[in-house]
Amino acid sequence: MSPPPIIRVDHLVKRYRKADRDAVADVSFDVAPGEFFSLLGPNGAGKTTTISILTTTLAPTGGTVTIDGHDLGTDAAGVRSSVGITFQTPSLDKNLSAEENVRLHAILYGLYPWRPSYTLMPGAYKKRLADLADVVGLGGDIFKPVRTFSGGMRRKLEVVRSLIHHPRVLFLDEPTTGLDPASRRDLWTYLLEMRQTADTTLFLTTHYLAEAEDAGRICVLSRGKIIALGTPADVTASLLERYVLLGAADPAALRAELSAKGIAWTDDAPGSANVRVAADEGDVQPLLKSIDTPLTSVRTVLPTLEDAYLALVERDELGAREEAAGLGEAGIVLGDALGEGALVDAESREVIQ
Amino acid sequence: MNLSHELNAMAAIAYRDLMKFLRDRSRIVGTLVFPAVFILILGGTFGAAAAEGRAFDMWTFVFLGVFAQSMWQSSAMGIISLLEDRENDFSQAIFVAPLSRYTILGGKILGESLVSLAQGVVIFAFGLLIGIRMDVSQALWLIPVSILVCLYGGAFGLLLMANMKSQRGAQQIFPFLLLPQFFLGGVISPVDKLAEKGDVISLSLDFLSRISPLRYAVDLLRGVFFGGVEPSQGAVLASPAFNLAVMAVVGGVFMAIGTAMFVRQERTR
Repeated sequence: MSPPPIIRVDHLVKRYRKADRDAVADVSFDVAPGEFFSLLGPNGAGKTTTISILTTTLAPTGGTVTIDGHDLGTDAAGVRSSVGITFQTPSLDKNLSAEENVRLHAILYGLYPWRPSYTLMPGAYKKRLADLADVVGLGGDIFKPVRTFSGGMRRKLEVVRSLIHHPRVLFLDEPTTGLDPASRRDLWTYLLEMRQTADTTLFLTTHYLAEAEDAGRICVLSRGKIIALGTPADVTASLLERYVLLGAADPAALRAELSAKGIAWTDDAPGSANVRVAADEGDVQPLLKSIDTPLTSVRTVLPTLEDAYLALVERDELGAREEAAGLGEAGIVLGDALGEGALVDAESREVIQ
Repeated sequence: MNLSHELNAMAAIAYRDLMKFLRDRSRIVGTLVFPAVFILILGGTFGAAAAEGRAFDMWTFVFLGVFAQSMWQSSAMGIISLLEDRENDFSQAIFVAPLSRYTILGGKILGESLVSLAQGVVIFAFGLLIGIRMDVSQALWLIPVSILVCLYGGAFGLLLMANMKSQRGAQQIFPFLLLPQFFLGGVISPVDKLAEKGDVISLSLDFLSRISPLRYAVDLLRGVFFGGVEPSQGAVLASPAFNLAVMAVVGGVFMAIGTAMFVRQERTR
């Protein structure tokens, strides 16, 4: 039997004052302990609203949220002690040293009693700090003012800080925004390592789809609703076809041969000489073998999560326009895309559909 | 709720504010500039004219007024900085820590009061430098009174903050609330004879003076320093006991309403 979910979001609704529609409209999903879960969506989809509610900085309008057994409505303090957060905007105190930032955090979480200086802090704190500083490569710089740190170092320090109280869930709200590619990769190496060693559940929001490829499951929000939920591979596969793009010196002959052999094909684009044949990785070799017409080009197209994501959001927005024009809703059914072990109950499924 | 955890967190939040101030050299210098200007220029001109023919030392009068006003204002402004913190700074992290909202506010009021007291020390030294005379017991009495003035200023700031959405808005409205009190509260010139003429304007000014929260803080400090109402001949408006009672009630109400509003907003934001 699978363990109970560490995050359970049930019919969550948020409508801001004076807003004419819900920022989060009846969203339900579960996250399993130790899972790497990623929330995606365009700007204004409700990601930050959702994460703000889950991290107790925003009150929901309706629905329930339980994190690590603590109900958000009745036990916010319990939720707070179970989660760590790396905010979208930098949240270090630049007037303090890195160590002072971490120390303050540790005291706010009730790990140690307050002491006015590092030397007076207990040995356990010093050891943990030194270990964490080593892991992120801060070393002796841990005693330097935060304002002397680079953007990448600050982000790492924030992650260190949010992990010092051993949270069960770590929320990462666009953690790599504004970082250069090297710092971004560096931070992710560290995060994925931390996840393995500390067995922490990761809850990520990001605009970089490549970061979400590593997630166990992704959840795509658009206009406050879930439009896709499943493993990155399933979401991609359920939405976009994998195909082989074929070009021949004699396109007419190629088309005739494919039709004669009963292989379904479509024009790559209207008026294009190339043709598309649906195929997974394993189908490519037999397909090529079966074709006698001389080919001039062959390209296997495997859509990325980013392609799928863009298609999803585009479809949803198209649906919204059609809906506005009275043509009914364009729904996307992802029932089969939900992989085994995915903790989605019947109610959530309904929401997805 | 673990009381020892909350108290330790309160100390940590307060200590952070104090450290922030002590490490900011330009802010420490700035602390002295305004009171010095007020004491020397406003006190030397406006205050001197207003105090003409009175039996008390005008410099001491102005110094005590500015001393109280500076600490009161600094505490109030300090609390308002919580708005800025919440918007773009470190306090996001404080607000998601498993702490009571009361602990956060308590730590903030304590911290800003400590900062104001540190500023008070600087202004006190400046007072000695320009020749303000006092005996040891007078100087010692200033300590507990200063703490009360700081907490009272913090209560005012808290009420204001709970009613404002942004730091900018608060900073824009603050001068409108402070500047009239500068005069009506009797910081640099006596306000005991405001109602003397008996016409509508005088009576209105006297009324406004009486509802200026700062008036009572300034008067308490002077009352304790001068040792009651009588010996000071018009420098002190009411007995320290009366001022203390007003501050306790007004400060208590400000703090209660401000805290309740703030905590409610935090929940429904």
